[in-house]
Amino acid sequence: MQPTDIRNPQYFHKVVDCQWACPAHTRVPEYIRLIAAGRYDDAYLLNWDSNVFPGILGRTCDRPCEPACRRGRVEESNGEKPEPVAICRLKRVAADNRSEGIGKRMRTRLPERIPGTEKFRVACVGAGPASLTVARDLAPLGYKVTIFETDARGGGFMRTQVPRFRLPEHVIDEEVGYILDLGVELVGNHPIDSLRKLLDQNFNAVFVGCGAPRGRDLHIPGRDQNTDRIHVGIEWLASVYFGHVSRVGRRVLVLGGGNTAMDCCRSARRLGGDDVKVIVRSGYEEMKASPWEKEDAEHEGVEILNWLNPKSFVHENGKLTGMWFTPMRAEHEANGKRKLLPTGEPDRFFECDEVLIAVGQENAFPWIERDLGIEFDEWGMPKLDKLTMQATTPKVFFGGDAAFGPKNIIWAVEHGHQAAVSIHNLLQREDLRKRPPPLTNLVSQKMGIHEWSYDNDISPDERFVVPWAPKEKTLRDIKQEVELGFDVATAWKEAQRCLNCDVQTVFTKDVCIECDACVDVCPMDCITFTTNGDEADLRARLTAPAQNAAQDLYVSESVKTGRVMVKDEDVCLHCGLCAERCPTGAWDMRRFLFAESYAGRGEDYSANPVRKKVAA
Amino acid sequence: MTYLPKPKLHHPSLQRNAVGFTRRDYEGAISTLCAGCGHDSISAAIIQACWELDVQPHRVAKISGIGCSSKTPTYFLSASHGFNAVHGRMPSVLTGANLANRELLYLGISGDGDSASIGIGQFVHAIRRGVDMVYIVENNGVYGLTKGQFSATADQGSKSKKGAINTDVPVDMVGMALQLGASFVARSFSGDKHQLVPLLKAAMTHKGAAFVDVISPCVAFNNHEGSTKSYDYVREHNHALCRMDFISPRAEITVDYPPGEVREVRQHDGSVLRLRKLPESHDTGDRVAAMNYLHACQARGEIVTGLLYVDPEAPDLHAHFDTVQAPLNTLGERELCPGSATLAKINASLR
Repeated sequence: MQPTDIRNPQYFHKVVDCQWACPAHTRVPEYIRLIAAGRYDDAYLLNWDSNVFPGILGRTCDRPCEPACRRGRVEESNGEKPEPVAICRLKRVAADNRSEGIGKRMRTRLPERIPGTEKFRVACVGAGPASLTVARDLAPLGYKVTIFETDARGGGFMRTQVPRFRLPEHVIDEEVGYILDLGVELVGNHPIDSLRKLLDQNFNAVFVGCGAPRGRDLHIPGRDQNTDRIHVGIEWLASVYFGHVSRVGRRVLVLGGGNTAMDCCRSARRLGGDDVKVIVRSGYEEMKASPWEKEDAEHEGVEILNWLNPKSFVHENGKLTGMWFTPMRAEHEANGKRKLLPTGEPDRFFECDEVLIAVGQENAFPWIERDLGIEFDEWGMPKLDKLTMQATTPKVFFGGDAAFGPKNIIWAVEHGHQAAVSIHNLLQREDLRKRPPPLTNLVSQKMGIHEWSYDNDISPDERFVVPWAPKEKTLRDIKQEVELGFDVATAWKEAQRCLNCDVQTVFTKDVCIECDACVDVCPMDCITFTTNGDEADLRARLTAPAQNAAQDLYVSESVKTGRVMVKDEDVCLHCGLCAERCPTGAWDMRRFLFAESYAGRGEDYSANPVRKKVAA
Repeated sequence: MTYLPKPKLHHPSLQRNAVGFTRRDYEGAISTLCAGCGHDSISAAIIQACWELDVQPHRVAKISGIGCSSKTPTYFLSASHGFNAVHGRMPSVLTGANLANRELLYLGISGDGDSASIGIGQFVHAIRRGVDMVYIVENNGVYGLTKGQFSATADQGSKSKKGAINTDVPVDMVGMALQLGASFVARSFSGDKHQLVPLLKAAMTHKGAAFVDVISPCVAFNNHEGSTKSYDYVREHNHALCRMDFISPRAEITVDYPPGEVREVRQHDGSVLRLRKLPESHDTGDRVAAMNYLHACQARGEIVTGLLYVDPEAPDLHAHFDTVQAPLNTLGERELCPGSATLAKINASLR
């Protein structure tokens, strides 16, 4: 293998699994260390910089970071159940414990105003996370940002569809408020019904962040009767939020296996449904809902039934009485695609009083005139430059669910960051494809002979469980938040489970004397000195086989004996014992900084010593 | 050294051996030796060898004297018996323990100071008596604990870290062991576990006095230019006699080599030592040839490593004394006080 080029920042970035997996590349280990140190404000601001909604995401994020977390792999065959660090819930700890005056400190972290930007006006359609992120990134630079929103207040989907027992409203108010306080104008109760009209108001750029507002319906026999008893899930959730719905039938069927279905069934349990079933076409494991959402629903007494395809609604004497379902099975075609086929078993009937359809969401852009130069693909989605989020007409950008279909909040935030960079470039007459480079740094953490500036004593604890409000209470009151968040002491212990994957093991081959001390001390058998070979060959003959091909091998240039040092990054604990045992300092623990650059930052920003200090 | 205990977490693919232990179960406390010390590599090799041999840790006694090397039994096999003897007195304590309980595996851990200076008399007699043990000398050529004076194994003409040249002739422990009748004699290098681990396995399964001299660079005081026991010097001058594979009695022998390329030595327990690339001129069963080979290499300035001599059928101390088969602590009153009739018989035999 060729020696690993650690000068390429993406190499070490990938080692920080959580940050790599996060669409917004939030610096997870850094904020976890700040939480452990009790620096909640700093932890919050670090999050806020990347993901804009720490309090909201600390409760509702899809957490792509957690399945990626190295701790889960490290605990494999080391205990009962391998679990990642509770990254998401630690984020909430930062939000829960931040101080009152944090709004002021936010301003110190923002890029400076750029002269001349105040003459540019940017419109955002929809006040969801994507638009709010665009506003957060552009307003501090001086741009005049106006957000148009159908509802009275900002937050979008987060406010109207995510139920209050998962996300209290004050959290949304605060975090939307921080952005509006930057001088962003929110025009509420103002649905946009024509993009042409909007463009005619002389905005210099328009960002479309209107989400995927249309819930997919199910066109099967019987759908057209008793429509007051059959609802589209996201519309029903919004009605619950606005108070139009406060009761539901005793027996409820929820169709669909995504997180909206989970929100529907759990809301139904709180509004009088005591026999709530979620019925899913595919298997339990393949459901789109996050595993923890499924667990939470089942904990509340919701039954999940799989492999049943809705066939028809049944009405008797003008009343909805139940639904028929066809049992299904999966078959894998030769091309690897999965197909659902009826098993041939008799159809099954389930009685019910009310049905919630949560089988997906669709994008709809009836308000965008098709002669404006914005091209759409065969599925009705805008044609976009995936890097810049720009549509086929220069002034218009898309982000969030409106860009590539339903994803999640953290993706919407990342789209917002990227669109803001593009809009800034557009208005500064820069090439849109010229993206600001990330701020990177690699600094030794050595403080003394056995002292590092991070806590390298690996905690043996298993994942801590977030406490819940009692079920009797949460099922009676739809506004009672279920999860109570970690207390500070438990948060510290959970934070100690983090392996500090951003503190990198850096090898300098010139000073290595090949004493094997690192090989011997490594608890995870990550390090091998051997003759070079191709990757498949090397992976098989390391001290411990490197079977996780998704994780890189760190290969050095030849050492004195002609061998190479090969380190399998897969289950490294970043405990630093290799560096502690190294007599010559050939191993060093260096903290790797990778901070994504947003609008108005980049080279100049990174070069500014004050900013650099703040970012570090 | 490090202050932190080694985390208990281990690689997900870590295997258990036939007696149900992982390699990690054979570890000891975290080493307090200098970072990069060759002794730690030897500890790691002992751990690996014991794991591979399916050794029951409680059937091992590790006995040592004084010095950096003699500290190392703390750093491996924490579930085994241990005795940290007076300086240079490991061999007599080991001999006594072995006479009392012949069923344990005895690891005598010593250093060049402990064995070649203060304890040389003890070394000599334990070897010539044929005590069933593995006598490991962790040989770095300096007194590391007292800051790097030459030890008795330092080569003539080698330079200390302070710049002094050694004028004394070194004690050649391998040559002495051969001459004193050790039935298994080998030398290795802490920086070459591929050689050291099978050698240790062979020595541990050998019945009789097995002597292994392991050159182990002292990173703090003997790893500089001019030293003849530094990592660089040993690597440059290492003459590996042959490559040895250790094949346990249970293992199926699957690889076939053309005749002549491989020589095999079968030990009393059924294990096989497979010697590859052994020079035609060398016979590991010939003590005189081994001594000649050792001295020829030495004259050329080479450090010969590998298995030099083995007698798989050698008698040990217990055979010499015709001692009782059972460990003494399992003998009951009936065996220990066989009665006046037996006493009369013994007395009669002496008349």
